[in-house]
Amino acid sequence: MQLILESLFNGVAIGSVLLVAALGLAIVFGLMGVINLAHGELMMLGAYSTYITQLIFKQVSFLKPFYDSYVIVAIGIAFLVSGTVGILLERTVIRRLYGSPLETLLATWGVSLILQQFVRSVPLAYGSGLVIALFFGLFAPLFISDDLLQGAKGKLIRASTWGFSALLGVATGGILSSLVSKLSRASARNVDVTAPAWMRGGIDFVGITFPKTRLLIIFITLISVLVVIFFLDKTAWGMRIRAVTQNRPMSDCLGISTETVDIITFGIGSGLAGVAGVAVSLLGSVGPNVGGNYIVGCFMVVVLGGVGNLLGTILASFSIGIMTDLIGAGRLLTIWPEMPSPLYSTIDFFATTSMARVMIFALIVIFLQFRPTGMFPQKGRMVES
Amino acid sequence: MTIFSTKKSWINLTIWVLIIVLIIAAPSLLPVFRLNLLGRYLSLAIVALGVDLIWGFTGMLSLGQGIFFALGGYCAAMFLQLNSAGEFPNSIPEFFGLYGVEKLPFFWEPFKSLIFTLISIWLLPAIIAGLLGYLVFRNRIKGVYFSILTQAALLVFFNFFNGQQKLINGTNGLKTDVTQLFGQMVGSEIMQRWFFWISAVLVILAWFFARWIVRDRFGNILIGIRDDEARVRFTGYNPVIFKTIIFSIAGGLAGISGALYTVQSGIVSPQFMTVPFSIEMVIWVAVGGRGTLLGAILGAVLINYAKSLVSEALPASWMFIQGGLFILVVTALPEGVLGWIRKDGPKKLLFLIGINKKLETYPSLEINEQGEVKS
Repeated sequence: MQLILESLFNGVAIGSVLLVAALGLAIVFGLMGVINLAHGELMMLGAYSTYITQLIFKQVSFLKPFYDSYVIVAIGIAFLVSGTVGILLERTVIRRLYGSPLETLLATWGVSLILQQFVRSVPLAYGSGLVIALFFGLFAPLFISDDLLQGAKGKLIRASTWGFSALLGVATGGILSSLVSKLSRASARNVDVTAPAWMRGGIDFVGITFPKTRLLIIFITLISVLVVIFFLDKTAWGMRIRAVTQNRPMSDCLGISTETVDIITFGIGSGLAGVAGVAVSLLGSVGPNVGGNYIVGCFMVVVLGGVGNLLGTILASFSIGIMTDLIGAGRLLTIWPEMPSPLYSTIDFFATTSMARVMIFALIVIFLQFRPTGMFPQKGRMVES
Repeated sequence: MTIFSTKKSWINLTIWVLIIVLIIAAPSLLPVFRLNLLGRYLSLAIVALGVDLIWGFTGMLSLGQGIFFALGGYCAAMFLQLNSAGEFPNSIPEFFGLYGVEKLPFFWEPFKSLIFTLISIWLLPAIIAGLLGYLVFRNRIKGVYFSILTQAALLVFFNFFNGQQKLINGTNGLKTDVTQLFGQMVGSEIMQRWFFWISAVLVILAWFFARWIVRDRFGNILIGIRDDEARVRFTGYNPVIFKTIIFSIAGGLAGISGALYTVQSGIVSPQFMTVPFSIEMVIWVAVGGRGTLLGAILGAVLINYAKSLVSEALPASWMFIQGGLFILVVTALPEGVLGWIRKDGPKKLLFLIGINKKLETYPSLEINEQGEVKS
């Protein structure tokens, strides 16, 4: 019983990292049919945001008393950072490629290479300056009334907001690099995020220790899923997003601005990648390649769950998580030691983390033989989709 | 129609003459190190031809060609290892001793034969590609799903090969450069020159083979599948068979390419099955010009040469350049360099910068005797 509970907990913990990472991917893929290979790198940006936030809380004197709560702040910052970069990506590259998913796939791979090299060869302080400049440059026009943005004067105002944002970015970069010396040099080395004191250790319950970081990650995932469900089901923009997911041309005809819907969706999807990055940074060290370790798992979740279906995404990530733990940690053997010996030796052969992956991917491919469109396929009458 | 009547053929002819002159001149002009690099890139051109067949012509973007590439490499390396294993204990390759393995694993046995190896280098990847392809295509999985599944399959193979020390030396891979072949060291200069020639000849043969495939009705069906698969099916063809065959052919080409690359780089390891390498293969084709077989060869050789030159000079900047290439080629140059040249790209460019004023803005119309425009 204890063993099953422990296994279940581990599975849910692995699954919740997958879920929070795949959530953004699933929303974007469901809405726009776009596979974003840079999703892992957006997670990486989120993880680096956590690291930077932590350093700032450590170094800046008036923030020091609040050091323990930096993780909470980091979640918000990571969401904004990844969301900003995601929106920039949508505006500059992906928008040109709607309707050709394979090209999008290649272009986003290019973006992911650039982002990886960017964190290697640009000092993090100036990197964050650039993100801040982009953030204000992209969002400032939203807060200026439309009348001012018309005509030649409008162009001047737009240009000046970008100039102002650039200045702000340079200033941030300068201040950060002088405040925190670790951020002023470029480095390709992995960095570590140390969890605050209240997150270390575990909680004992019926004889099992639950590590607090894992509990926090499950909590973050739960909140993210609830917020996304609330947003999609209860708000006006959520309804528009669902409408565009179901039928894009018809929504367009009914007056929904599909362009704005695309921006919002991509922003939220990318922001969720940032939140996933916070979770990932708590589990291990943070490096330019951190996203790559999770991305294929996320794709599998999306494919297994079915496109554009949150319930499918949730079920798929938890089943993959639990399977990983059962097979990879050899727990199936401890739970059921008297299984027939050929089966025993087979499962024993797969009882390492990497071999468990082999088995799970193979199982997914077999599953797709019976349900080619995932657990919960989209219903429709189209021959081709 | 004569072969050289169209402009397209003239461009092709020019490029072919250039390639052949280069291949013949290279061994005397280049130092051995560069020659070896060129030989490797020529072998990579063969896998690029396969990618072009399945992506450029049939519209299936496989991100898992690394599987078949590495399998070909492993076949070659297993033969070479066994061929020079006589001096080691139990007459099995040296690395087995490190893991306490005394008996050769069963699947190594047939690789003692040269004939078997030469066949399995292309047949084994082709069979595996065919099986994998059939399972996927049968369920009408395509587009992005196909890409993701091939990527997942790639990771399955990577993890498997990476984790099995006792069977195939896991993450360390199999070395070939210190093994013997026909009484010569595989890594020696004379052997490397031979491998260069073999690669060059095989690239040209592979080109003829690929051209033979795509120029007839079979090729038309492939293009039909790319452009509208449902319509091909409704016309009475079964796309599954055609897709499986072409995927299997591409797998076989990848196997040959992998074997040649392995003997020239001196090692085969699970690194051949990493995700980035397989996506790179796609970018060679995309830059060269997808749907143009010559473009695949050019793209593979030129991009890899550029990669080695840039990485030697400015190691950090290659990732930026490569990333930029991916974005540029899909947004601005979707037909690749060769497609761009064939579509009068250079003329338009000259016009844009104001050197060339004459530009035909519409195709010249053919008019019959009654003064009507022929359609």
